[in-house]
Amino acid sequence: MGSPLSPLLDLLRSPFRGLLAGRATASLRRLLAVARKEVRQLARDPLTLGFVVFVPLVQLSLFGYAINQDIRDVPTALLDRSQSSVSRHLVERLEATQAMRVVHSVGTEAEARGLLARGEVQAVIVVPPDFARRWYRGRGAEISILVDATDPLVARAVRSAADGLAAQIESAADASRAAAGSAAGSLEVRTLASSELRRDRPFLVTVLTYYNPELRTPVFVVPGLLGVILTTTMLLMTALSLVRERERGTFEFLIGTPVARGELMVGKLLPYVVIGLIQIAIVLLAGLAIFRVPVEGSLLGLALASILFIAANLTAGLVISSLVKTQLQATQVAFFFFLPSVLLSGFMFPFEAMPEPAQWLGELLPLTHYIRLCRGILLRATPVWHLAGSLAWLAGMCLVGLVAATRLFRKRLE
Amino acid sequence: MTAPVVIEARELHRHFGRLHAVDGIDLTIHRGEVFGFLGPNGAGKSTLLRMLVGVMAPTSGSVQVLGYEMPRQADALRPSIGYMTQRFSLYGDLTVEENLRFAGEIFGFPADERRRRVEAAITTYGLGRRRQQLADQLSGGWKQRLALAAATVHRPEILVLDEPTAGVDPSERRNFWEQIFELSGDGVTVLVSTHYMDEAVRCHRLALLRRGALVALGEPRSLTGELEGRVVEVDAEPPEEVVRRLRKHLEVASVTQLGDRVHALLAVGARAEVTAPRLTEYLRQAGFPDAVAVPARPGLEDVFVAATQSAPAASGAYVDLWQDDTYHGARHGAHRGQGATGVSVAPPRGDG
Repeated sequence: MGSPLSPLLDLLRSPFRGLLAGRATASLRRLLAVARKEVRQLARDPLTLGFVVFVPLVQLSLFGYAINQDIRDVPTALLDRSQSSVSRHLVERLEATQAMRVVHSVGTEAEARGLLARGEVQAVIVVPPDFARRWYRGRGAEISILVDATDPLVARAVRSAADGLAAQIESAADASRAAAGSAAGSLEVRTLASSELRRDRPFLVTVLTYYNPELRTPVFVVPGLLGVILTTTMLLMTALSLVRERERGTFEFLIGTPVARGELMVGKLLPYVVIGLIQIAIVLLAGLAIFRVPVEGSLLGLALASILFIAANLTAGLVISSLVKTQLQATQVAFFFFLPSVLLSGFMFPFEAMPEPAQWLGELLPLTHYIRLCRGILLRATPVWHLAGSLAWLAGMCLVGLVAATRLFRKRLE
Repeated sequence: MTAPVVIEARELHRHFGRLHAVDGIDLTIHRGEVFGFLGPNGAGKSTLLRMLVGVMAPTSGSVQVLGYEMPRQADALRPSIGYMTQRFSLYGDLTVEENLRFAGEIFGFPADERRRRVEAAITTYGLGRRRQQLADQLSGGWKQRLALAAATVHRPEILVLDEPTAGVDPSERRNFWEQIFELSGDGVTVLVSTHYMDEAVRCHRLALLRRGALVALGEPRSLTGELEGRVVEVDAEPPEEVVRRLRKHLEVASVTQLGDRVHALLAVGARAEVTAPRLTEYLRQAGFPDAVAVPARPGLEDVFVAATQSAPAASGAYVDLWQDDTYHGARHGAHRGQGATGVSVAPPRGDG
C-alpha cells in the first residue's frame, strides 16, 4: 500500500485474484456472468437498438450532409454586356468549376445589385461591353464578380474558382504565345471581395491534392465522426450502467456476492466493446454507401485503434459512474466531457489552426488521438504503427481509467 | 447456547449526518439460531443488518462474522453468507431463471454445478411455472421467493433476511416461514428482521430495536415471561378516554391502546389478579359502566412497552409504541391491505 504502483497492482490483482490463487476459472466465470447479464439486459431494452444503430446513422447523415464545407452551386446572376461568344464561353467555364451556377440573367447593374441585396443570388458576374474587343486585342480583358461575402466561405470559394480559371486561361495563353509567338487573349479576373488586380503572374502555382482529391467534406468528416459517435454512446452507456444498478437497488445484491471490483468493471466493459465495433462497422459501411468515404488502410489496424479508443471511453464512463449518485448526474458529467471532445479534437476545426493552449487540452482527449488514427488509417493508408504515439496514449488512458474506476468504486453502500 | 458464535458485534454505531441509525449495539449470534430483529420503521433494523453482512461500513465499532472482520474482509465471507435485501434487488428485466442463473454464475460455480443448483432452487421454491417470467412481472410474494432462492443458491451457512415478508399476503408468509425453518433445520443460521409480532414470536431469539438501540434481547417466551402477572387487558368504550383515565391510576406503569383493546402494564410489584378487579371498579366509578379489566398474557407489545418504559418514563406516561400511527393504524386493520392478519405494524417501505 502507499506506493504509486499499488493501484496498478491492486487492479491487476483484483480481476485476476482468482487466477493468482489458482482459481482462474471461478474468477473468469464471474466476469463472464456480469458480461452475459449485461448483454441480456441490453437485448431486452428497446433503447439499445436505437443507441447501437440509429444514433450512428442519424449522426452520420446529420454531420455528413449538414457540416458541408464544400461550396457548390453558388446562385449567381449574369450581367453580360458583351453578349459575345467569348463571354458566353467564359461563363460556361466558370460554371464548369461547379462553384457557381447562373440562375438569373439581368440587363442592368441595379437589377443585379437588387438580387444580391435580397439574397436571391450570392454572386454577380459582370462582363463589360468592350470585353470581346479587349480579349481579341490580347490585353486588359476583364470581368468582375460581385460576391456576397456574408459567409466568407462562399466568397472564398467563388474567388478561388475565378482565380483558378484565370490561371488556366493565362497559362493556355502563355503556351500558345510561346508556341506561335502570337498574342492570344489573356484574362484578368477581379473579384469585388478582394478588389485586387492580378496583372502579372511571376509564376504559376499548381496545387496537387492528395488523399481527398475532390476535397469532399464527408471524406474528412466521417472518420472523425466514428470517434464522436463512439464517444457519445460508449461514455454514456457505461456512465449510466453502474449508477443504474445503484438506483434500481440491484447494486445491493451485487455487493452481497463474491464478485471482485475488477471482475465487475471488466465484465461490464466487454459487451460494449463489441457494440462499439458494431457501430464502427455501421458507420463505415454507411459512409461508404452514402458518401463514398474510402477505406484505404488496414481494417485490423483500425480495429486495434478502435478497441483501445472504445475501452478508453468506457473506462472514463466507469469513472463517472463511480463518482456520481444518480443517472441524471452521470448524464450531465458525460456531456461536460463531450463538448471539449467535439470542439478540441480536430473534428470541428482543424487541430493545427487552434490556439496552442487549446491544442494542449486537445492532446489530452482520447478523441483527438483516435481521429488522427482514423484519418491516417482510413484516408492515407498509414500503417498503424506509424501512429504508435496515439495508440500508446489511448492504451494509457484505458489503464488509468480502469485503475481510477476500480479505486473510486466502493463495493459498499454509503 | 453452547453452539459456536458466528456473529459478534461490539459497540456498533452508524450515523447518517445527525441521525444515529444504529446507536451502540452489541450482539452475539450462535450457529443454527433463527435470530429475529423486531422494531418499527426507522428503528435501524436494515442498517444493522447491512453492517452485519458487510455491505455497509459502521461509523464505529466492530463486526466479526465467522471470524472475518466486516466490512474489510467481506469478500472472503461472501461464499458463506446469503443476503436478501429489504427492497427487491434482483434484475426486473431478467426472467426468474436468468436471475437464478446469474446468481449461480456470480458465485463462481462451474456450468454443470450451477445448472443443478438453479434447478434445485426452482424446485424447492416452486418457481417452475414462472421460470420464463420477467422478475418485474411477479407479484410481491413470488418476488420474495425468487429473492430467497437467489440468496441461498450457494447454500450459505448464514442467511440474512431483511423484512422478507413485508407486503406479502398471510398464506405466503406462512410458506416463507416454513422455508426459513427448513433451512434452519439444515443447520443454517438465520437472521431475520420483521415488524410482524406473530413472526417475531417464532424466532429462537429476538432483539427488540428502537431508535437504533437494543431495548430487549432474549427468547420470546422469556421476554414475555418476565412480564407475567403485570399485564391487564381492559375492555371499555371509548378506549381513548379509558387510556387517559387509567394513566392516573397509581398501580399502572403505562397504558397502550392496541386497536380496540387497552393494555395496562402494571408497576413493578403489582399483581394482575389483584389489580384487575380494582381497575374494573376504578373505571366503573369514573364513568365507564361497562368496563371490564382482566389479567392478560403479556405479548411482545408489552415487552416493548416495558423495555422502553423502564428507564426515563414517569409513571403512567403514554407510550407511543411504534412512534407514529403506523402501529395503531395497522391494528385497526385499516392499513391499506397490510393489516389482514391484525398484527402488521408498518407499510412495506424502506427502513431508513
